[in-house]
Amino acid sequence: MGREVRLVQGNQAMTEGAIYAGARFYAGYPITPSSEIAEECSKVMLKVGGVYMQMEDEIASIAAVIGASLAGAKAFTATSGPGFSLMQENLGLAVMGEVPCVVINVQRRGPSTGLSTKPAQGDIMQLRWGRHGDQSVIALCPATVSECFAMTVTAFNLAEKFRLPVIVAPDEIVAHMREAFSLPEPGEVEVIDRKKPSGSPKDYKPFVADADGVAPLAAYGSEYVFHVSSSMHGPDGYSNNDPANAAWRVAQLHRKIEMHRDEIVITRSFAAEDADVLLIAFGATTRASRAAALELRKRGIKAGVLQLITLWPFADREVATLADKVKTVIVPEMNYSGQVAGEVQRVLGSGADIRRVNSYNGEVITPQEILRAIV
Amino acid sequence: MWCSGCGIGVMLGAMLRAFEELGYRNADTVVVTGIGCTGKADDYLVTHALHTTHGRALAYATGIKAFNPKLHVVVLMGDGDSVTIGGNHFIHAARRNIDLTAIIINNFNYGMTGGQVSATTPGGSYTSTTSWGNPERDFDICALAEVAGANYVARETPYHGWEMKELIKEALNKKGFSLVEVFSPCPTHFGKNNEMRQTREMLDWLKEKGLPVEQYRKLSVAEQGNHFAIGKLVDRDAPDFNTRYEEIRVRATAPEGIGGRCEAK
Ligand SMILES: Cc1ncc(C[n+]2csc(CCOP(=O)(O)OP(=O)(O)O)c2C)c(N)n1
Ligand code: SF4
Ligand SMILES: [Mg+2]
Repeated sequence: MGREVRLVQGNQAMTEGAIYAGARFYAGYPITPSSEIAEECSKVMLKVGGVYMQMEDEIASIAAVIGASLAGAKAFTATSGPGFSLMQENLGLAVMGEVPCVVINVQRRGPSTGLSTKPAQGDIMQLRWGRHGDQSVIALCPATVSECFAMTVTAFNLAEKFRLPVIVAPDEIVAHMREAFSLPEPGEVEVIDRKKPSGSPKDYKPFVADADGVAPLAAYGSEYVFHVSSSMHGPDGYSNNDPANAAWRVAQLHRKIEMHRDEIVITRSFAAEDADVLLIAFGATTRASRAAALELRKRGIKAGVLQLITLWPFADREVATLADKVKTVIVPEMNYSGQVAGEVQRVLGSGADIRRVNSYNGEVITPQEILRAIV
Repeated sequence: MWCSGCGIGVMLGAMLRAFEELGYRNADTVVVTGIGCTGKADDYLVTHALHTTHGRALAYATGIKAFNPKLHVVVLMGDGDSVTIGGNHFIHAARRNIDLTAIIINNFNYGMTGGQVSATTPGGSYTSTTSWGNPERDFDICALAEVAGANYVARETPYHGWEMKELIKEALNKKGFSLVEVFSPCPTHFGKNNEMRQTREMLDWLKEKGLPVEQYRKLSVAEQGNHFAIGKLVDRDAPDFNTRYEEIRVRATAPEGIGGRCEAK
């Protein structure tokens, strides 16, 4: 029997990815352009034995997600700029307490309420630095409906494996676009669950990492009784103000990402190997960039595309390796400040020919606009 | 950790005795705390615990309980935590009637950060940020819980430790949202700022003002203004969040066309 192919929206595909990955708890507060995720979850969670909750705000939503995760759920929420800002403080607790969870932030044009139905890529730095207190997270950015599904599964896998929040941050175009999609069979795509403790419950310490840099995580209600805290804590989860302990804790939170950097950083390249012109793109701009690269090739200019799927940690090595061979780098992005271009500049140094193509009027970047940067 | 004469320890003792008398196991119990002197309590506990962010403890607890209804979930908060920064979560937890027990230490100010004004500081009182008296009115936390839909509401002072334990036990046994508010001395800040420097003076103040609810209800409205009620104030049995959720789930999982309106695949 042939596999069913449907016309599916990005938001729908992310919801299906979450359910496929085993998500059984969703708490959120509706906001355009992410609301379809809440609406779909409100239907499907009840059917699969999970829980959907509409909370009183986004602060409560991420709090409930973290609480449910510690009770053993794979849990997630979805929002957009204004709600994502409200989540930051509690997201910091998920980093500090090493609580797996997934946040979908469908990026819309700001600042503030801005153009609530229009796309943007203006939250790149907020994804990375939005929380106070010197911390690292993982952020992924899909560009197609299939990637919306796949990267949501990946987000859960990374969150579970490394005990941290993972953010999926498509722009409004990708979230609302419809494309042909077929749902993989169960087992076809790898699904990872968090490591559980073994051995005597008496000896369980929720913050003592194994050799892979990650500690097993029990669930509330299990015999492995444990404490999680937003305050600085020792290996046992109880308050600890010793400077040596603080240094160990803070470093551990960053180090587990650094250790597994190669597994976390996902990029794709298109005709980039022999390119003289490299377009570095992510989300919806990937599509315009591929069209622009094809057009440039037709005109005899060897152009290629590097797509950043993982935005954070930044793909320093991948950018440096490819950009080393090209004459010109173009970074199209839907923001004024060139948030990704700035990172590319950091990696390549001030001498590199980096051209920025920015849109910040709530409209997409067209292939023609990209072409104008080079011809 | 707590100053001498602080009421938080009395509450913690009463809570632990209540756990013991009800046979709560550490593995089945989660204590969720906010931020403040009260929020520090988790460091003295051997149950599961989650020390959260200022004002958000109830929202974290809601996620825990909604996902695993078998757990006993108890939430410890200060007055700043519960009804000032966290007021929105408080009324919504009560409205949902989620089966949590909230224990609030109301010491009429922000103890941990140096005795600043809170939403429960009585009008006219002195704090480190109301040097000439508080121009604002205060919340009645119990009344707020009642109108928002809590199944059980009680108030006590550390003067009555045994009664406090009994009220906490009732609250724990009650399905749905339950609240025990503890009017509590903070001699270090609220006491010092309001001419009750000695622990004794603060306790005497609470003792004189607090009247058993039956007695309190017989007073004229004017007289009630000089007192507060202690004991059990609300006791009812509206269905809790998880019970209602499972009722709705039956519709979602029923064969096509029965009960629900949802056409989702
Ligand atoms: C978001 C945020 N704002 C402010 C603070 C600083 N802060 C810590 S505890 C506290 C007030 C505590 O008062 P209360 O909740 O009444 O607890 P108490 O110390 O009186 O028991 C404040 C304002 C904080 N930790 N987080
Ligand atoms: S400052 Fe007040 S509330 Fe805090 S421990 Fe001291 S007496 Fe208790
Ligand atoms: Mg207080």
